[in-house]
Amino acid sequence: MALTRKDFVSDQEVRWCPGCGDYAILAQVQKVLADLKVPRENYVFVSGIGCSSRLPYYVNTYGFHTIHGRAPAIATGVKSCRPDLSVWVVTGDGDGLSIGGNHLMHALRRNVDLKILLFNNKIYGLTKGQYSPTSEMGKRTKSTPAGSIDYPLNPISFAVAVGATFVARTIDTDTGHLAATLDAAGRHKGSAFVEIFQNCVIFNDDAFKDVTDRTVRPDHSIVLEQGKPLIFGKERNKGIRLNGLKPEVVTIDSNQGDEGLLIHDAKNPDPSYAFLLAGMELPEFPTPLGVFRAIEKPTYEDMLHAQVAKAKQSQGEGNLRKILFDTETWTVS
Amino acid sequence: MEHDSKPVEELQDVVIRFAGDSGDGMQLTGTQFTSTAAILGNDLSTLPDYPAEIRAPAGSLPGVSAFQINFSSRDIRTPGDAPDVLVAMNPAALKTNLKDLKDGGMLIVNEDAFTEGNLKKAGYAANPLNDGSLVKYEVYKIPVSTLNANALKESALSKKEAERCKNFYALGLMFWLYDRAYDVTVAWIREKFSKKPEVAQANELALKAGFHFGETAEIFRKHYRVPKARLKPGVYRNVTGNEATALGFIAAACLAGKPLFYASYPITPASDILHELSKHKNFGVLTVQAEDEIAAAGAALGASFAGGLGLTGTSGPGLALKAETVNLAMMTELPLVIIDVQRGGPSTGLPTKTEQADLLQALFGRNSESPVAVVAPATPSECFTMAIEAIRIAVAHMTPVIYLSDGYLANGSEPWLVPDPESLPKIPITHPTDPATFHPYARDERTLSRPWAIPGTPGLEHRIGGLEKANVTGNVSYDPANHDFMCRLRAEKIARIADELPPLEIFGSAEGEILVVGWGGTYGAITSAVEELQKEGYAISSVHLRHLNPLPKDLKDILARFETVVVPELNLGQLSLLLRARYLVDAQSITKVQGQPFKVSEIVAGVRRFIAPKKEVRSWH
Repeated sequence: MALTRKDFVSDQEVRWCPGCGDYAILAQVQKVLADLKVPRENYVFVSGIGCSSRLPYYVNTYGFHTIHGRAPAIATGVKSCRPDLSVWVVTGDGDGLSIGGNHLMHALRRNVDLKILLFNNKIYGLTKGQYSPTSEMGKRTKSTPAGSIDYPLNPISFAVAVGATFVARTIDTDTGHLAATLDAAGRHKGSAFVEIFQNCVIFNDDAFKDVTDRTVRPDHSIVLEQGKPLIFGKERNKGIRLNGLKPEVVTIDSNQGDEGLLIHDAKNPDPSYAFLLAGMELPEFPTPLGVFRAIEKPTYEDMLHAQVAKAKQSQGEGNLRKILFDTETWTVS
Repeated sequence: MEHDSKPVEELQDVVIRFAGDSGDGMQLTGTQFTSTAAILGNDLSTLPDYPAEIRAPAGSLPGVSAFQINFSSRDIRTPGDAPDVLVAMNPAALKTNLKDLKDGGMLIVNEDAFTEGNLKKAGYAANPLNDGSLVKYEVYKIPVSTLNANALKESALSKKEAERCKNFYALGLMFWLYDRAYDVTVAWIREKFSKKPEVAQANELALKAGFHFGETAEIFRKHYRVPKARLKPGVYRNVTGNEATALGFIAAACLAGKPLFYASYPITPASDILHELSKHKNFGVLTVQAEDEIAAAGAALGASFAGGLGLTGTSGPGLALKAETVNLAMMTELPLVIIDVQRGGPSTGLPTKTEQADLLQALFGRNSESPVAVVAPATPSECFTMAIEAIRIAVAHMTPVIYLSDGYLANGSEPWLVPDPESLPKIPITHPTDPATFHPYARDERTLSRPWAIPGTPGLEHRIGGLEKANVTGNVSYDPANHDFMCRLRAEKIARIADELPPLEIFGSAEGEILVVGWGGTYGAITSAVEELQKEGYAISSVHLRHLNPLPKDLKDILARFETVVVPELNLGQLSLLLRARYLVDAQSITKVQGQPFKVSEIVAGVRRFIAPKKEVRSWH
């Protein structure tokens, strides 16, 4: 019998604030898990600490709510030990990019087959409103009454720079795009990094309004589609072109058509293109949404187990007697 | 051949220390001498002592590397308090090691290295070989570098390369001096340098030349023989603590029928365990060199959650970083073994030296009430047994187990009566499969452990984590009474491990005046010291603890049967603090934190301070 979203709803009462973007993400995660057709018992959700990291309690799979920032490391252990499992990491901007930045970097560069969902709300919610590594410069919060003096980190640039094989961005409020992006991540073989713009109604409401508001969205975002030119705008009359090494926004005139516009290629083996896209930010550029990068590389756990298989083949199955006695020994009678 | 042309004197035991520059290959010389002593059937114990710097400036005092071996025809337990023989390859080695040489001891120096420059680097104003300062010793000045160069004149190696063979020359000489064949080392050289035949040939030549020099040169009037020790019958091999640790965990995985998953971050003196385990992938051993100590512990815990045998290893500073993960393992009641090869601390401390000052960190170094099991091997070979014990406890009781080795055990070696793998008891593990009866935090009646349900089991999907759990259901609970109940339950769960521990072995009478209590790598020195005092007639016994948490149940009664309890430790009194707190016993401390193991004489002298004068009078009768 095919699984449905309901099969992934746990018996625990969801305790996020009313109106939190996490509800929408949870619902789409549950839907995609059913769509991916992995047996339910083979899913493992690993999270760190923060609002987003409570998600595993609400998903009826195996779940491990761990320690602040360490979910990618713990998930690396799960997947390395059991490549047969589908392992998902749920983290946030503070958990994944501040306290756990190191682990996130290494999980991505090793290409461990993990689905890493980073809920970015540009704020520390569970600790009640301090600025995070993705908060904009000058942000006034409880811990920065005079404004933040930290340059913010762009999660997509980070993921591309450290060698992630799948990098995408989506939005909590766009259920269709969210589901399609999670689905693509779920089907990617290797570490998949998804930044999800997630609204925190309590401590950072409307943080992504500039992108998500219906009235501005067509002009303030650009949806990346494989093999298609980079076109956006309410009138679909704006495109992205490369001028030297820099992207620029151009108005498409009817004679010229798509000519000269960048054609989206997430499979480009050279990460420069994805990095260039990642750097496109408001107000100069529309915010790119979708899959920035999706390339294939051998995964960490496959290579790890291949070494074991090779050792068994060349040395024979481990024999305890042999390693204990196969050295210089002497007999006392 | 003029074999046996010189007389041979029989000795019971000999302590040799090889000392030279870090680049002189003294560790190699020492281990090769050790292999031969082992194969000749001597009992032995070794103490490598090397600097933290990979190559401190050549000839400098901090660059001195030494290797001490005690080999004997008797049953011995320590590398020896003071060397009978010091081989000093340069002035710096002489300067830093001479103070330990016994009066009248044999001193063999590489005369060639006593150049003005080297003397200056070692801080000698005058050449000690000529100024009469060494009169108390039996000095042999041998131009090792020149003799070695002459021996290798025909070799294909450059002068500089040939100079690097001089340690084999010195080793050859020592083989002759102690009447042992060089075959084992020759075989080792041939295998080690099989891809560089010219290097193999030169080393072999140097080794043999050194040997024949001893035999023919009119320098040594006699040589010495240390007969075989009368050890328990069986098959022996030589083993270091780190090797035995790695082998023990591999064995444990075989006995448990599960893959071993070792995640670690390089740290002295634990890295050799990672090196050793990564050689045995054919056992299904998965090794991960993690990005840091925290990730290593995390990955190991993730593996345990997934149903593997999660193991991580480190030294003191790394244990501090792993604390939060250990606490999560404690809270989620998953099996996890953490190896801590203790080194001199605090902070970065003395990375290559030994100490046993992480006991309280292991027991208490986490936030809140966090009981975990703690075990400690007593000798290098016992690292094998205790590794199996650590895994047994971890899976039977669903708990993290901290395994406290130390730098002395890790790098020290001794002959090991290798156990028959068939004789090792299996480690039973069960995973629940029945959804109808499954609760994540249900309890085993006897051990109080919870079931180990692993991902991939249909119908047992459940969530665990660091938030407080309701007993049985495992759901998050902030209920005050539940938290109180769970804290006590977790403590009781660890306490119950003591129910299955074997009775403590008492070395000596079961009651008396003095009880010496030890733990970890001080076993050899303590036991030898107690034996010495027993021979003097004192009513002294000792017990050695392998389980530090929980403590064995019979310890309380044993402590009560002695008038005075003395605790020697390579820290400032951590076990003694624990014994005082747990048993209200007036435990006395003998402490040392010099990065070096106890000498037997130090413990003897330390214990004497606690022997009442009247008892000494009695012992004169």
